[in-house]
Amino acid sequence: MTATFRPRPTARPDRPAGPGPARTELVVDRIACDGFGMCAELLPELIELDDWGYPIVAAGGVPDQLLDHARRAVAVCPVLALRLARIPAAPVERGNAGWHGNRPSSVRG
Amino acid sequence: MSPQILWFATRGAGIVSLILFSAVACLGLLAVARTQSARWPRFLTVELHRNLALLSIVFLGIHIVTAVVDPFTSLGIGAALVPLASSYRPVPVAFGVVSVYLVLAVIVTSLLRERIGHQVWRAIHWASYAAWPLAVEHTLTAGSDSWSFWMLAVQGTCIVAVSAALVHRLTSGGTNRSRLAAVTGGTADPVAVDPAWRNQ
Amino acid sequence: MEPRLFAGPPAGSGPEPLADHRARLGSRPSGAAAAATVPTLEASGLLGRGGAGFPVGRKWRSVAGQAGGRPVVLVNAAEGEPLSSKDRTLLRLRPHLVLDGALLAADAVGADRIALYIGTAQRDAQASIRRALAERRDLNVAIDLHAAPDTYVAGEESAAVHFVNEADARPTVTPPRPYERGVGGRPTLVQNVESLAHAALIGRFGDGWFRELGRDVTPGSALVTISGAARDGVREIEIGTTIGELAEQAGAGTTARDRQAVLLGGYFGGWLSTERGWDVPLDPIALRAAGSAFGAGVVAFLGNDRCGVRATSRIMDYMAGQSAAQCGPCVFGLRAIADATARLATGRPERDDLERIQRWSQQLAGRGACRHPDGAVGQLLSSLRVFGSEWEVHQRRRPCTRERVAAITPARNREQVA
Repeated sequence: MTATFRPRPTARPDRPAGPGPARTELVVDRIACDGFGMCAELLPELIELDDWGYPIVAAGGVPDQLLDHARRAVAVCPVLALRLARIPAAPVERGNAGWHGNRPSSVRG
Repeated sequence: MSPQILWFATRGAGIVSLILFSAVACLGLLAVARTQSARWPRFLTVELHRNLALLSIVFLGIHIVTAVVDPFTSLGIGAALVPLASSYRPVPVAFGVVSVYLVLAVIVTSLLRERIGHQVWRAIHWASYAAWPLAVEHTLTAGSDSWSFWMLAVQGTCIVAVSAALVHRLTSGGTNRSRLAAVTGGTADPVAVDPAWRNQ
Repeated sequence: MEPRLFAGPPAGSGPEPLADHRARLGSRPSGAAAAATVPTLEASGLLGRGGAGFPVGRKWRSVAGQAGGRPVVLVNAAEGEPLSSKDRTLLRLRPHLVLDGALLAADAVGADRIALYIGTAQRDAQASIRRALAERRDLNVAIDLHAAPDTYVAGEESAAVHFVNEADARPTVTPPRPYERGVGGRPTLVQNVESLAHAALIGRFGDGWFRELGRDVTPGSALVTISGAARDGVREIEIGTTIGELAEQAGAGTTARDRQAVLLGGYFGGWLSTERGWDVPLDPIALRAAGSAFGAGVVAFLGNDRCGVRATSRIMDYMAGQSAAQCGPCVFGLRAIADATARLATGRPERDDLERIQRWSQQLAGRGACRHPDGAVGQLLSSLRVFGSEWEVHQRRRPCTRERVAAITPARNREQVA
């Protein structure tokens, strides 16, 4: 049941982490989420909890073999904060003046 | 079919319903209180709560149907559907009828949770705080052997269990959401949760 | 450089009246001519000036092309960034230029309503706009004024829409974004006042004229708010002006040694050391490559006698307190980071504080409903790069090289950087 989790940059669903094929992604409603953390119990391969119990979702979408587990994780959330979304393949739209185009950790000093 | 069977079925299914319903209530309270242990993950509380609730509906159905169909009771279908329409102990039976309606509302909205959204679902779920005491009241007053020793033991255990769970829920410190404003405003500290709680 | 937004009467003469504005610039394009400005705006390369830098022409085209009712134009002058005062200054001195831009946008996207969203504390800007509205006779759409709360996140586009809809200036979960569904459920163009002012001029003089300025990659002029210099305040600069040139003009020194660092963009922007940054052009592309950001045009110099760790910790404390308090990671993460930076700044750090703030920062980005935590953490990470050795000094409880630590109080307040 234990699986190692390697933290990867989180993906934001309305702006895909990079141009890529269509895929299924886990989307967290960050305002509804209250840190129950059961999603991480049911899908440790893709979801880890931060120091305060809130989910960190690995980027890159949900692989097919984990879809059933992902659906179970979506169903268990007591506040309906987790959902599966089909993200179409799309180029990235970014602004130029702010951090939107960069994750801070990827910026070189 | 021996009429005794229907009578046993009614009482037996009723008792099992009460026990299951009480377990569901305990689990619901424990889920909100984010209870867990090394061997009992949080998701188990929620999934068991939901599954037992659906199971209790089955026994509730048996209880109601056998009671109505039994030729030796004077309960017609009206007694099961309309509160106070029963000629046998109208008030105690009415407790049961209202309790069932509330439970049905909770179950139906839970099954349609994704369609109706969290806010509506939650508002109706509060009805369960009324449904369970009504079910207990119904058991105590409508049942024919509710004052026998073993029934008192069963009912007593259910009441104690749910009360204990309620106390635990009230003293468990509230959800994260209730602390967000205080932490932002600097009047509460962002205490990190125990790492053992985070890992599984 | 010939001023563009601030061409006309000098700053001391207050709001430019309609007659002077018309005499100087003629009347604005309207009707079909207004719709034709969208390709011109796209060709001009004008980027939004609210902080995100999204291409303006493309935004207008997206809104115009949405189904779902007649669009609404939301003029965003909330300006919650404490280091920025360009928007209120522009509203105060050139209200008609901003109104021209808003009316032009309304015509171009087919809107029948303009919502003016101005910060509550900006009394002069509000008075100027009210007077300007009273002067005009060409208001062909409904215009309503809204007093934006003076919070940091009130200017975020979904927060602005949320306030106009429900008097609640907190960001909402997206999608849908405002350009799809915003005010009254209709497609909404949320645009910064400076962007609209530039658009008003491009509509008259064309994209070629706009592109005549711009020394590096990005064309045009921009407003910046300078602090930490002898002559603080709002200036219009040619995009691509180097930080060093601006420093000289504003009296922040003649060489990189006269200041130690500069915070660009805003509290959500990025630090640069003057050593590396003196010759960096103030251009969104160049600044991003250098690890900083153009953001809202904030240029805040940090003097040599100030501690960068302390300045950063005060910013983090402010940003933590300005969270909308809706999302756990932002609330807990920013507050924990702020407390840790405060401990570091005041010489009482815990053993892992520096390691913790880096770990928490890496975890925080992208995990809120809006980009508030991203901005705060981006600024922090740039500070860790720029003031790296000083953070180490503070972590090891050695005496601060810039300020007497005993003089630093960890009070939670809204003090500015410089």
